[in-house]
Amino acid sequence: MNTTWSRFNIASLVLGFAFLYLPIVLLVVFSFNESRLVTVWAGFSTKWYVSLFHNQSFIDAAWVTIRVGLVSATVATILGTLGALAMTRYTRFRGRLLFSAMIYAPLVMPEVITGLSMLLLFVALGFDRGLWTMILAHITFSMCFVAVVVQSRLVTFDRSLEEAAMDLGATPVTTFFKVTLPVILPAVVSGWMLAFTLSLDDLVISSFTSGPGATTLPMRIYSQVRLGVTPEINAACTMLIAIVTVGVIIASIANKRREVQKARDEQAAARN
Amino acid sequence: MNGNAGANMKSLGSFRRKFAPWNDPQAKPFIAIENVTKKFADFTAVDDLSLTIFNREFFALLGASGCGKSTLLRMLAGFEEPTAGRILIDGQDMRGIPPYKRPVNMMFQSYALFPHMTVEGNIAFGLKQDGMAKGDIEARVAEMLKLVKLERFAKRKPHQLSGGQRQRVALARAVAKRPKVLLLDEPLGALDKKLREETQFELMDLQMKLGLTFVVVTHDQEEAMTMADRIAVMDKGKVMQVATPAEVYEAPNSKFVADFIGNVNMFEGRTAAVGNGKIDIAVAPENFTIRTDATKTCSVGQPVGFAIRPEKIRISRQQPVDPSINSAFGEMWDIAYFGDMTVFHVKLESGRIIKAASLNAVRTVEDPLSYDDMVWVNFDADAGIVLTS
Ligand SMILES: Nc1ncnc2c1ncn2[C@@H]1O[C@H](COP(=O)(O)OP(=O)(O)O)[C@@H](O)[C@H]1O
Ligand SMILES: [Mg+2]
Repeated sequence: MNTTWSRFNIASLVLGFAFLYLPIVLLVVFSFNESRLVTVWAGFSTKWYVSLFHNQSFIDAAWVTIRVGLVSATVATILGTLGALAMTRYTRFRGRLLFSAMIYAPLVMPEVITGLSMLLLFVALGFDRGLWTMILAHITFSMCFVAVVVQSRLVTFDRSLEEAAMDLGATPVTTFFKVTLPVILPAVVSGWMLAFTLSLDDLVISSFTSGPGATTLPMRIYSQVRLGVTPEINAACTMLIAIVTVGVIIASIANKRREVQKARDEQAAARN
Repeated sequence: MNGNAGANMKSLGSFRRKFAPWNDPQAKPFIAIENVTKKFADFTAVDDLSLTIFNREFFALLGASGCGKSTLLRMLAGFEEPTAGRILIDGQDMRGIPPYKRPVNMMFQSYALFPHMTVEGNIAFGLKQDGMAKGDIEARVAEMLKLVKLERFAKRKPHQLSGGQRQRVALARAVAKRPKVLLLDEPLGALDKKLREETQFELMDLQMKLGLTFVVVTHDQEEAMTMADRIAVMDKGKVMQVATPAEVYEAPNSKFVADFIGNVNMFEGRTAAVGNGKIDIAVAPENFTIRTDATKTCSVGQPVGFAIRPEKIRISRQQPVDPSINSAFGEMWDIAYFGDMTVFHVKLESGRIIKAASLNAVRTVEDPLSYDDMVWVNFDADAGIVLTS
């Protein structure tokens, strides 16, 4: 195989990365701009971060976002995991095909449609729109993602572990909490993180289903941008990026460590 | 593996020889499987099967892969319900009783060790479910670790153990609760040959020490013969024969069992004469007469089979005293040397191959039999067995 880098390879790589990251780099750089103008560099400053922390509407929006994310991700994880269990365990119930198609459908459904249908439902039910309607909507769409992630783990789950637990005297409930859940926990945690991230950056569905007094950070940023981009927004976005990046890095380091440790243990086991 | 048995202690074998509750009409079976059938959709995995297993028995289910052994074991454990028939354990009907309420424990073919728990945690799991006191659990776990010689590995996770060590953890976990019956599905299947042979004796020793009833599934006939008090030979969901290893080998009740266990020469013919406690069988193409002890009552002219093990056939260049009975002449066709014994394949004029085995009791033989020699094979009247099915 030819492993030398041609000029074409290098050019396409640089171009690709530039395309992906240049906007983000610009956004980060200009969040530290002294000037109010987002296109003219006037020296380094952290004043926009300071002003961000004094902007009550941003703080409120961040707080709403976090609450919506935590609650909806947690509920969606519970419901999604139960759904995944039902899908993998009871393989012969009536209407299974329909049910499994229905789990996947929201993944590809245009968000506008999901949002609009939710809105219509809440109006029809006479719900006051606000924080809780938004949480319900987030649970609905992120639950499917959790179900898919957990299901892909469950299909490789060794059922004899559960049988062994029951054979040793554990009731089905104990078996689930002492054996099944601990073994599939990594998938459940990734499901939760996925649901949380989806909730964190959702704009469309939130806009449809929220009401007065329940504005999330993406909604705040979006409405602000329509009045003109300020470095304050750059600062808010930079902080979001930093949080997500740190999360991803920690997760992947932990994962890598676990794999390395496991490989080492297995080698050691083979030796004795 | 009996290194701890003192010189004045009786050997395992001396206990086992006297153990034969199945011959005692008064003895009550501990497990009774009565006309049990198990169907998966329209496939019958276990077919109207009945068996009795006695307390403290080491019982083996032997059969080819797919014959329904695991399914039967899983019905005993409660993971499958019989489609028809019933299972009694210690006199109690097991229908509808879930696995976690049955007085049996199972050792799984894949071991099914809990990957997120240490060796200790795995062994203690069942004890915790019983609500045993913490101190008692610790004591029992320590005892089990000692029993399977894994004291040093108590804090390890399953993936930090070798295959043999995992097998022992699975065993310790299954016996920790002192079940009345231990079910073992191919317990030695994943071990290499040498370890497997060692472990066979460890299992027998353990079963004696703890006084448990073992029901072990295996497809390895040597394993079943070595370990079991009795063997049930299975085929296509049915039991073909239940007997001691020696009976299964020396007195198979059917052509299937004779053929399945060990090596055998099988002849088909018709009875030519019956009387004086002997049966004469005329074997068709060779025009070859077998005179054997009447192990079955037969009428003249009845089609019968005759099975004889290779080691019961003598082979020699000398013509036997009466070459018309139980003798055949042929060409040395193949010689398979196994070290301890040699198996000769003699080809008769008809093309039939007769297998004869002889023990290599001396290191060197003058003028040994070799390829292309013309040789006689012959055997005694009590060497083989007549089969009518
Ligand atoms: N849950 C099941 N569903 C359908 N068929 C099964 C199931 N379990 C076992 N079988 C079938 O029953 C037969 C016997 O299986 P098994 O008892 O595992 O055989 P063995 O242990 O003797 O190899 C096999 O043909 C297998 O495919
Ligand atoms: Mg099996």
